[in-house]
Amino acid sequence: MTGTAPQPILQARDLVKSYGRVVALDHAEFDLYPGEVLGVIGDNGAGKSTLIKCFSGAVIPDSGEILMDGSPVHFQTPNDAKAAGIETVYQTLAVCPALDIATNLFLGRERRLPGFRGSILRMLDLDGMREDARNELSKLGLLTIQDMSQAVETLSGGQRQGVAVARAAAFGSRVIVMDEPTAALGVKESGKVLQLIRDVRDRGLPVILISHNMPHVFDVADRIHIHRLGRRAAVVTPSTHTMAEAVAIMTGAITVEPVTDAHGHAA
Amino acid sequence: MEAAAAAVTGLNDDDERRALTPLERVQRTLHKYPALGPLIVLIVLAATFSLIAPDRFLKPFNLSLIISQVTVVGTLAIGQTIIILTAGVDLSVGAIAVFASIVMANVNVSWGVPGVLALILGFAFGTGCGLLNGWLITRFRMPPFIVTLGTLSIFFALDLYVSGSATVRGTDMDPILVLPGQVIEFLGTRFTLGSIGMLVAYGIMMYLLRFTAWGRHIFAVGDEPESARLSGVRTDRLLLSVYGAAGLLYALGAWFLLGRINAASPQALESANLETITAVVIGGTSLFGGRGGVLGTLFGAIIVGTAVNGLTIAGFDPLWQRFAIGVLVIVAVGMDQWIRRVGK
Repeated sequence: MTGTAPQPILQARDLVKSYGRVVALDHAEFDLYPGEVLGVIGDNGAGKSTLIKCFSGAVIPDSGEILMDGSPVHFQTPNDAKAAGIETVYQTLAVCPALDIATNLFLGRERRLPGFRGSILRMLDLDGMREDARNELSKLGLLTIQDMSQAVETLSGGQRQGVAVARAAAFGSRVIVMDEPTAALGVKESGKVLQLIRDVRDRGLPVILISHNMPHVFDVADRIHIHRLGRRAAVVTPSTHTMAEAVAIMTGAITVEPVTDAHGHAA
Repeated sequence: MEAAAAAVTGLNDDDERRALTPLERVQRTLHKYPALGPLIVLIVLAATFSLIAPDRFLKPFNLSLIISQVTVVGTLAIGQTIIILTAGVDLSVGAIAVFASIVMANVNVSWGVPGVLALILGFAFGTGCGLLNGWLITRFRMPPFIVTLGTLSIFFALDLYVSGSATVRGTDMDPILVLPGQVIEFLGTRFTLGSIGMLVAYGIMMYLLRFTAWGRHIFAVGDEPESARLSGVRTDRLLLSVYGAAGLLYALGAWFLLGRINAASPQALESANLETITAVVIGGTSLFGGRGGVLGTLFGAIIVGTAVNGLTIAGFDPLWQRFAIGVLVIVAVGMDQWIRRVGK
């Protein structure tokens, strides 16, 4: 953490992805530094979602490269990204509503019981996973849920969001990506999620926050990556730019010289 | 009931929801325990027939007879259940089971292959047919309804070809092939080995669905395939394994069929597709996938068997059996629609 220019934990270089004739990523650049909350803003269709899906392994770029700690990584599936320590909270939350909270939290990485029951009978440690799920949720202080075996669809919007964030925070060891985490929430619940983002950052995990909500982004982000027409238009900070300026860059009313270096990152 | 009450208390203060009405509590409870609805229907049905014909319905022999009568369809319905849980459906279940039974019988009788080996071959063919369905569905992204409608015709044609449209009698087969028909008398009941085998198969599948990752993933893929994929479930591989496992269970049903009708006939199980789907639906498993379970299907199969048996004993014309089953299916799907709206 010393020195003038720390190594970015996650980078994208010259990333290209097109769907037929639609170019979603047009030689996009991206840098995320340790311990920061990086806001990512951009108009609809600017390619924000495609960019972060490249990081979560849900989309494979046509060309360009993704680097973690300076070394290239190649995510073919969401599992590859998870294995590298990148956890994503999708806008759709990616939960299974009919399944209970504990099952959702551990979906895809269930833990088996030790010994014969686990290895031969393939028996899951249901009690242990429920206990861990309870701990994760209470650690976030967001929820008042007692019954880990209740179906996610019986929860309110904020509680569902909490389950998805708890899952990411529980398993993400390097980077947490959040796609529109406050879009479906009321004022009170949004406030809790923003606090949660700060908590996660304070625990040392960098957070990528994709949002349309400028006040939320300016509230928690250390730096803001502005995406426009499939590429990075600028990187600003809440202290050097106003919301109006950010929106102007986002819509193309102000043009900024292409960013070649990590200007203004909070070191 | 305690757990349901805890679920209710868990939902509060964060968004200050109003208390649940009694009807909503019922809805939540049925949502959490999908086998509860069919169990209640079964109890009501059995109680009704016990009142109408106490001297004939409520006898150990008659009750074990119902179990024996639903053995084959009940076994096939396990496979149908896990497929429907993934939001699929299998129309080829009868054709696959008949195929497996014909392979078992003809390989043994016509080619002189030992019984055990013929049995294993039958199981291999059943599993292979299931895997073929699964492969077509996952590889070419075709709807299960269409794929299995196609393979229904294909497998049925192969049934006729392999059997030469002829029936093989059980007395000509190796005894192991008709072993599931063996009757065990116990305290006035008459169970077949096949019915006991069916109950064991239900027990194993209940364990797999509840206590293994494979089982949990079946529910996840049926509920929200994209969420399951993003969570790291290999959805295509899972679907393939489900259709393969269903094929294996159809072969088990085929073996029980040989014992039950003491023959291998290409004309058997003509209505098995609809009968298995009926049992699954009455058993409370949602056709939209992701909720339900095999215990409900067992109740569903026994409900059908009980309705048929009780109405016969009570002296109703057989047409009312079909009428009653139709009503049960409609009511079950209506209940499912209501239960699925929980929390919305």
